[in-house]
Amino acid sequence: MTETRNIGDTLLKVDNISLSFGGVKAITGVSLEIREREICAIIGPNGAGKTSMLNVINGFYHPQEGTITFGGEVRRKMRPHLAAQGGIARTFQNVALFTGMSTLDNIMTGRNLKMKRNFLWQAINIGPARKEELEHREFVERIIDFLEIEAIRKTPVGRLPYGLQKRVELGRALAAEPKLLLLDEPMAGMNVEEKEDMCRFILDTNDEFGTTIGLIEHDMGVVMDLSDHVVVLDHGEKIADGVPDVVRADQNVIDAYLGVAHE
Amino acid sequence: MTDRQDSLSSLDTFPKLLLDHGINRPNRVALREKDLGIWLTWDWSQVVENVRSLACGLASFGFEREDKVAIVGDNRPELYMAMMAIQSLGGIPVPVYQDSVAEEMQYVLEHAEVKFAIVENQEQADKVLSVQDRCPNLTSIIYNDPRGMRHYRQSDLFAYKEVQARGHQFDKNNPDYFLDEIAKGKGADVGVMLYTSGTTGRPKGVMLSYDNVIITCRNANARERFRDTDDVLAYLPMAWVGDHAISYGQALCAGYSVSCPESSDTVMIDLRELGPTSFFAPPRIFENILTNVMVRMEDAAPIKRKIFAYFMGVAKKSGTKLLESKPVPLLDRIMYSIGKILVFGPLRDTLGFSNIRIAYTGGEAIGPELFEFYRSIGVNLKQLYGQTEATVYVTIQPDDEVNVETVGTPVPDCEIKIDEATKEVLYRSPGVFVGYYKNEEATRETKTEDGWVHTGDAGYIDDDGHVRIIDRAKDVGKLNDGTMFAPKFLENKLKFHANIREAVTFGDGKDYVTAFINIDLDSMGNWAERNNLNYGSYVDLANRDEVYAIIKGNIEESNRSLAADPSLAGSQVKRFLILHKMLDADDGELTRTGKIRRKIVFERYDDLIEALYSDKDLIPIEAKVTFENGKEGVIKAELKIRDTEVYSSVQKAS
Repeated sequence: MTETRNIGDTLLKVDNISLSFGGVKAITGVSLEIREREICAIIGPNGAGKTSMLNVINGFYHPQEGTITFGGEVRRKMRPHLAAQGGIARTFQNVALFTGMSTLDNIMTGRNLKMKRNFLWQAINIGPARKEELEHREFVERIIDFLEIEAIRKTPVGRLPYGLQKRVELGRALAAEPKLLLLDEPMAGMNVEEKEDMCRFILDTNDEFGTTIGLIEHDMGVVMDLSDHVVVLDHGEKIADGVPDVVRADQNVIDAYLGVAHE
Repeated sequence: MTDRQDSLSSLDTFPKLLLDHGINRPNRVALREKDLGIWLTWDWSQVVENVRSLACGLASFGFEREDKVAIVGDNRPELYMAMMAIQSLGGIPVPVYQDSVAEEMQYVLEHAEVKFAIVENQEQADKVLSVQDRCPNLTSIIYNDPRGMRHYRQSDLFAYKEVQARGHQFDKNNPDYFLDEIAKGKGADVGVMLYTSGTTGRPKGVMLSYDNVIITCRNANARERFRDTDDVLAYLPMAWVGDHAISYGQALCAGYSVSCPESSDTVMIDLRELGPTSFFAPPRIFENILTNVMVRMEDAAPIKRKIFAYFMGVAKKSGTKLLESKPVPLLDRIMYSIGKILVFGPLRDTLGFSNIRIAYTGGEAIGPELFEFYRSIGVNLKQLYGQTEATVYVTIQPDDEVNVETVGTPVPDCEIKIDEATKEVLYRSPGVFVGYYKNEEATRETKTEDGWVHTGDAGYIDDDGHVRIIDRAKDVGKLNDGTMFAPKFLENKLKFHANIREAVTFGDGKDYVTAFINIDLDSMGNWAERNNLNYGSYVDLANRDEVYAIIKGNIEESNRSLAADPSLAGSQVKRFLILHKMLDADDGELTRTGKIRRKIVFERYDDLIEALYSDKDLIPIEAKVTFENGKEGVIKAELKIRDTEVYSSVQKAS
């Protein structure tokens, strides 16, 4: 099936990024590229700077050095809401949903940026606002269908098991119709079956919607199976970058994972 | 031309009935399906249109009369319409259990010599594709849901819509074809082939003629007063004869509407939204619903629990009597009315039973308490007894003569007799099948020359003319001391406990009775949660001493009730173990309809059975399991065996 997928030009280019918090260096001079329609994994041991990297990409952290080029636009600083408008959506390592709201409403919030009417219009819910709401609802229903979560459409997400919450979170990110989807450990804490489901959804998302995916993950099996391209970070530095098979055999990567002493 | 008209008005096949509905009630809802959160509807005229284009599309693929077509998938309007289209061309639909693994599916596809397969989605298409090379007759696969199918390049794979588009073209060029083909059909033709799940050996293809299905369905509709205003939810497998009758045959005879759930996970939600007038479920599902209610009640506020408990008492006292229009004192009537406002009404609404006129259960014995629960809150739950070979209906309980221990009286035109020697139940009815496909020998074994069918069930007819079923005739055995051993009877008694999901009992030719138990993960899991018991998986929970203690208590309770009956006191369960895995249809231990395949269980677990009849109380095991993706794995565990208290019938009397 892979031959029908065409990986395109560079969508995101991170150039020589350095980020530090006071004296702590989280990322040191890292550059990487994510190309259109590919699945790129960022891996590394604990504290390697993976989540920081993600936070830099979607504008939550501001790097001291380096530039980010997204969709041809170069920028130093980025605000999260601008990143979202630009087409970057993400999920979080710890599920960050509105626990009191239903699955449907949670995913609906992902459409917020796409809504043209302001909240007063939405509160009145007549005429154009109502029409708009229905259009968005239809899109959200497609996502619900896609993620096979029809049965929990109206369930408050606080009552859902963890695996399903993660799926809802993915749904919310998809609702924004992102060009680039950043997934921060989408499979952490899941059992084998839930992992298999999640893998399938990630592959399907990439395949059906052509969404470019940036993925942080610890499960090596998953990473090697899913990704087209793997970037390995260790202690805030990039130690390897390439196709899964090459990365897997890289001595630096093996050392980092097996814990060779660093001087 | 008039010949065609005569034939079409004879209404002796389903396509003719369909055309008739298209003329007489074109705008009434025939089919519904929930998609993207919205109920979509097809009225009868739209169904006729869809069936016409699909049938013509199939014709353009070179479809010939008597071609067999596999139908694989969850209940979907498109699949029901596909059956109508196939029958319109004189073909024979062969619905296949949608949760079959590829191997099982291959057997049916090959045995039935299907030429086309119409499948629901990618999952089913993958299964059919994986066995395609071993099904020589299979020429084309048609899929309904295009999701995920974009990259499939097989030349014999077609989208449902594409076939219909070809059909439009074909229809334009051959405008008479569709009606001509329908007119060629007659009542005696084989209309459908249903594969029985088969507790022994390979599944058998039961051939049913249009007459079989239509006459039986008309009789059932008349007796149970089904009209075109009725509404049913089609959620049981299409390959199962019950669904074929209720969601297809009876619906086409009476012209009522059939709704398909959004997915198999949403059945209960859809049920509530829809509020059907009739509902069929095996006891297992009624039990799950009740368990869910009880589990949620446990979590409710104390005052709610008190109100619930009080009014359930009221319901128990007078609900069933009210349902059967028997005399009830005024005060009780008033209390029941209050209960109806506070508890029963909302409860029925939550369960989706607010419009229910009749609910049926069958296939297995149902627990008396479970049965009473539904009847007491005003749901007219009845038992029926049937078989694929009879087009389901053999007996149904009449509305005012419902008794949990019987399966009711014969349906119209059905005769029943009991074989004196073996106590086996035999019947003869217009629904009796034509024969097993390509299996003359089995047909002769089951059906006598003069049309009597052996059910394989032992039973008797009681003084009121109601049929009572004891067990499978061949399963009834004897303990070494001569006590009768009816395994299914015992297992049903055990399964009536909410904590026990499945039980298998042993005892034929042994000194005492022993049992394998599968715990119910929902109810035991909830119990574990309330008692702060951590567990990782089924195996983990099942092996807990605390769980063993509870199951032991449940078994002893059953033993006590067995002790009350002198003829059964000897068959109390003396030792048991909780299996390390759920018995599963994927592993061949259950049939697709959830019945135990004893022979396979005996073979696979012979070491465990041996241990039950030894003095060991701990045994190591290693078991092979088949995962959903078809891979095989091994579970290792150490199983505990426990003794249970056995009561003497004297002790009970004192």
